[in-house]
Amino acid sequence: MIVKKTPAQKAFDVINHLFMLFLIFLTVYPLLYVLFASISDPKLLMGHTGFLWKPLGTPTLEGYKMTLNNPNVLVGYRNTLFYVIFGTLINLSMTSLGAYCVTRKRFAIKTPMLIMVTITMFFSGGLIPTFTLIKSLGLYNTVWAILLPGAISSWNLIIMKTFFQGLPDALEESAMIDGANDWHVFTRIILPLSKPVIAVMVLYYGVAHWNSWFQAMIYLRDRSMFPLQLFLREVLMLNGNASGQTPTVDMMVTQSYYKELLQYCVVLVATVPILCVYPFLQKYFVKGVMVGAIKG
Amino acid sequence: MEKTKKKGSGFSYLIDNIKHHKMLYLMALPVIVYYFVFHFLPMFGLIISFERYVPSKGYFGSEWVGFDNFTRFFKDIYFGRLLKNTFQINLLDLIIGFPAPIIFALLLNEIGNIKFKKITQTITYMPYFISLVVICGLISTFTKESGPISYIISAITGNPPQNLLASPGAFQPLYVITNIWQGFGWGSIIYFASLSNVDPELYEAAAIDGAGRFRRMLSVTLPAIAPTIVIMLILRIGNMMSLGYEKIILLYSPITYSTADVISSYVYRVGLVQMDYSYGSAVGMFNSLINLVLIVAANWVSRKVNETSLW
Repeated sequence: MIVKKTPAQKAFDVINHLFMLFLIFLTVYPLLYVLFASISDPKLLMGHTGFLWKPLGTPTLEGYKMTLNNPNVLVGYRNTLFYVIFGTLINLSMTSLGAYCVTRKRFAIKTPMLIMVTITMFFSGGLIPTFTLIKSLGLYNTVWAILLPGAISSWNLIIMKTFFQGLPDALEESAMIDGANDWHVFTRIILPLSKPVIAVMVLYYGVAHWNSWFQAMIYLRDRSMFPLQLFLREVLMLNGNASGQTPTVDMMVTQSYYKELLQYCVVLVATVPILCVYPFLQKYFVKGVMVGAIKG
Repeated sequence: MEKTKKKGSGFSYLIDNIKHHKMLYLMALPVIVYYFVFHFLPMFGLIISFERYVPSKGYFGSEWVGFDNFTRFFKDIYFGRLLKNTFQINLLDLIIGFPAPIIFALLLNEIGNIKFKKITQTITYMPYFISLVVICGLISTFTKESGPISYIISAITGNPPQNLLASPGAFQPLYVITNIWQGFGWGSIIYFASLSNVDPELYEAAAIDGAGRFRRMLSVTLPAIAPTIVIMLILRIGNMMSLGYEKIILLYSPITYSTADVISSYVYRVGLVQMDYSYGSAVGMFNSLINLVLIVAANWVSRKVNETSLW
């Protein structure tokens, strides 16, 4: 159907396109600013006000060298990778087990179990009772305080449940007649058929672990277990020492000098990996949002 | 294949069911234990809101004080301020922040060039993947005296640039606007999904009836995505009281408490920083109860008005 556009519609089209370009600019500019600042001459950067349209002075990679030599950044990266990998594995096994059980018709307590899950979506004990519980369980200042309390997100369990409900019963039934038990059905039939929803879960949980800092702040005391985000908070929000070394007098001078530069470098070092990955994973996220929207 | 038959009492049926499907129950066990320990024990732990809880004495040994912690909160000098900030920030975020992704989705939907559309989508999803700590770091560098945002504000108002994070009047707008910046692209995904389900014949019929572009947007597109909007609104209202406290804790400082401190950040401060567990727990419980009332009310209203609801 081809309809001739009136001048008003053409004008709308032009304005709409311009508006979208403006939104793209608004989204991208803050990161461009950080990129320019991170390779600027630190001396010029300290005195600079307002916008940046290109690096100040001769571009330098000095800041990145210092950032990558910062022991906190390295420890933080290592710990974050640990939390992302093991945390997501725990999330995935627990969530899929839960979703499997509540979708089995032969399971007598599936409705009570589903009610149990749903209650937690609308009411929780809250921050303080959870904290005192973690302390009395002896999990305080252990990696388990990061990995266990959020092992299942009830929202994600519902997304998985919706997906499992859409799988055909026939395969499962014939396997059961051949003497397979639930563990076989789960690992050999259901999981292999569930790759799309597993991808969604890995991404949801993985990104959540990557970004998480609050749990680590309240439950961890030893810096050797801190995730990257907690070190970032020190550098960015608490005006901590960005080089990660114990300062000598000589270093104090260079430090105040490099401080701003290092803040920008740290932002990019912590953000670029995930920004390189997300465009390729985007379709899975989108799928997850849609499955979640249909709702069980 | 269903070997179990429903027998007399529910209990013997359950025993029978367990006997026949041992493996299934074994698989459910870790999940049930998890929910019991990490969700229901904390709910039970709310009992400390009615006590003067001392960790060494435990939940049962601590002194019972009834509603003292709650009356203390209602008389707290900060009570009015906390309530006002909580509702103000959430309402601003709801009124300005909630429609943003919808408007974005509707406008982008009008763009004919598929490639441009896809690129715009991908780019606007990006801020969602930047961690909260980094977002707050960016906010703080952009709003200090020499930052670009302070620069724009000073160009508009004519005042010398100032550190916006240290000015109480700027906190709430900053909070809400940066939320929109981070969320409008990501939030629009769900509306795109429901827009793609609109029957193209409806548009053609409307066009033949002489409806213009804007008219079609209002009377075809908007009604088609209305159920999604309602569900998202209920969910949003249901999360209202707990959303955003991590961001507030990262951004606020004693200078801006007067406009930034909300109930959930106060829970963190009295409960975990000052370690007044019982009081923090009582304040948190008050917060959860308001939350529960809000979601039940939102759901009830939408069922009456719209016949769309969560349950």
